[in-house]
Amino acid sequence: MYILDKLNEGKCIRFEKRLSVPPVTYLIVPVVSVILVLLLGGLFLALLGYNPVEIYGILLNGAFGNTYNFTETIVHAIPLMLTGLGVSLAFKMGLWNIGAEGQLYFGAFMATGVALFFHDLPTPLMLTLVLTAGFLGGALWGFVPAALKVFIGVNETLTTLLLNYVAILWVDYFIFGPWKDPKGFLPYSKVFPQSAMLPVYPGTRIHAGLILAILAAIILWIIIWKTTWGYEIRLIGENTQVARTAGINIAKNMLLVMIISGGLAGLAGMGEVCGIIGRLQHNISPGYGYTAIIIAWLSRLNPLVILLVAIIFGGLNNGGYALQMVGLPESIVTMLQGAILLFVLGGDILTQYRIKIHRRGCGV
Amino acid sequence: MEMVTLLTATLHAAIISATPILYAALGEIFAERSGVLNLGVEGIMLVGAATGFYTAVNSQSLLLGILATVAVSLLFGLIFSFITITLRASQVVTGLVLTIFGTGLSAFLGKSMIGQASPVIFHKIPVPVLSKIPILGHVLFNHDMLVYVLYLLVPLSWFVIYRTREGLNLRAVGENPAAADALGINVFAVRYFYVCLGSMFAGLAGAYLSLAYAPSWLENMSAGRGWIAIVLVIFATWNPVRAALGALIFGGVDVLGFKFQARGIGISPYFMRMLPYLITIIVLIIITARSQMAKNLMPKALTIPYDREER
Repeated sequence: MYILDKLNEGKCIRFEKRLSVPPVTYLIVPVVSVILVLLLGGLFLALLGYNPVEIYGILLNGAFGNTYNFTETIVHAIPLMLTGLGVSLAFKMGLWNIGAEGQLYFGAFMATGVALFFHDLPTPLMLTLVLTAGFLGGALWGFVPAALKVFIGVNETLTTLLLNYVAILWVDYFIFGPWKDPKGFLPYSKVFPQSAMLPVYPGTRIHAGLILAILAAIILWIIIWKTTWGYEIRLIGENTQVARTAGINIAKNMLLVMIISGGLAGLAGMGEVCGIIGRLQHNISPGYGYTAIIIAWLSRLNPLVILLVAIIFGGLNNGGYALQMVGLPESIVTMLQGAILLFVLGGDILTQYRIKIHRRGCGV
Repeated sequence: MEMVTLLTATLHAAIISATPILYAALGEIFAERSGVLNLGVEGIMLVGAATGFYTAVNSQSLLLGILATVAVSLLFGLIFSFITITLRASQVVTGLVLTIFGTGLSAFLGKSMIGQASPVIFHKIPVPVLSKIPILGHVLFNHDMLVYVLYLLVPLSWFVIYRTREGLNLRAVGENPAAADALGINVFAVRYFYVCLGSMFAGLAGAYLSLAYAPSWLENMSAGRGWIAIVLVIFATWNPVRAALGALIFGGVDVLGFKFQARGIGISPYFMRMLPYLITIIVLIIITARSQMAKNLMPKALTIPYDREER
């Protein structure tokens, strides 16, 4: 029992557990969290000798200040959307896929392989192939931990995480070694043929990955909420034992969900190399796969909300680059993003309680 | 003779390599024994490394560096405890986010220190007499202070967990918090204490990296050692002595990779650097497949928040 007695005036105030949580509290907690984080962050900046209002101004302007900055924010949001959607599907089923970062890298690796080795294919065929390769690369990187989990019982949190490091080193091996552009000094692969590049919206860097992300969000929403399969996924996530008793094939579902989850992250990697950079290089992701975890959780695993939160977070990432001009590392953005979720996680318990005032004392 | 020199050097390096992993693993053993899975280890290590280095560089004092590391990692332990123990949020998510946050904070703190050298670092202090023993002397007794402290911490941790009343309370809280509560043990206090203790160990693991192992600051310098430590805890079945043996094996693998490379064995350095992660995964597969032991010895209440209203 968690009681606050206030016996003076004969009143009693106490926290009581709610039987059902009104939906509006789901909005209040994140909003209050963002405000608190901005205040605390401001204090932190002030202590370091910066003017918080000015810094937040630069951040906001860098993210949404003008049309160009906004389009760049969307560019940063695309991989966040795809990876966020990917991990959210796995989380929905209670599978801790922390491997979106590695799945992104492996998707980019596979797409690069296709783009470099089938360079004389016609555009439609080439695009189909890089898309498929990107998805399959991520899917493979998701399938391995899923298979280990299903057939042996190995904890997927740790395997997906450790495979991130492996995937990044794997890509490093190729761009420093066999795939290094012989004409270049830097660890880059050769430039992709134009046929392997995703269409972009004229005048911006926004590429077709955005359409993929929106489609994926809609399809995931329909699957999760409107199909029997989605019901199975939700049931497994809420109570594996009940799901098993109900005759749901858990192994099949886990494998399938991790293939899709990894595949979406793989598409994000494909989008980075085939949509923006046009070649494979070191550091294609500044931790999109990790930010995705925060986005998925903040969005309460709702695919449509993920699109929105990804734009906000993409804006933070994009605005972060503007901060470098005033000598602040962009890692402050990672801190803000993490802190927001920490507050939301902590604040969630408050939604389960309400304050009740008993006018005639605690005995009532 | 050359064989002996090589073996001595390898074992000596293996202990150095094992040290940060073992610090983190010992800390995680304490936290998990109390029923709390702290996945923030990797992040706390990084913050500990950055804080320790930053303070040591600016104060020119090793002691202040270590104290700052301990203080900041204690703060992280308190934040993690408050969110997961008092507010009962998911330990897995909170730990992951703490790692992300810590990675960001350490990169932020460390930005100005990239490429700098610290005026004070942990130097090797050969133990008088003991370090003169052939082979073993160099392998075991030619290290820095943090390694020697670890020599004491391993048996001490074992003793505390298995042979003292505090250890019994700790295990009771991790196995069955409701029963421990009924016996008058303050479940929340025990969990707070050991999570914070574990967090400080993780911070020290980081300080070892930046002030003894490297010694310098590099972004993301822990390179997954925090995660390897978490696997090591399972491998060690939550036993500090087994953790020490496991850490030595991991350290040995790490060093062999380097030695092979130095000898020009034609495997790409990128594949060699994958080895620790791949071996960790293989170890995880083997312990999961081979025995129910890990499952049976796992603290029963691990990852489950304790709620007195749901007793």
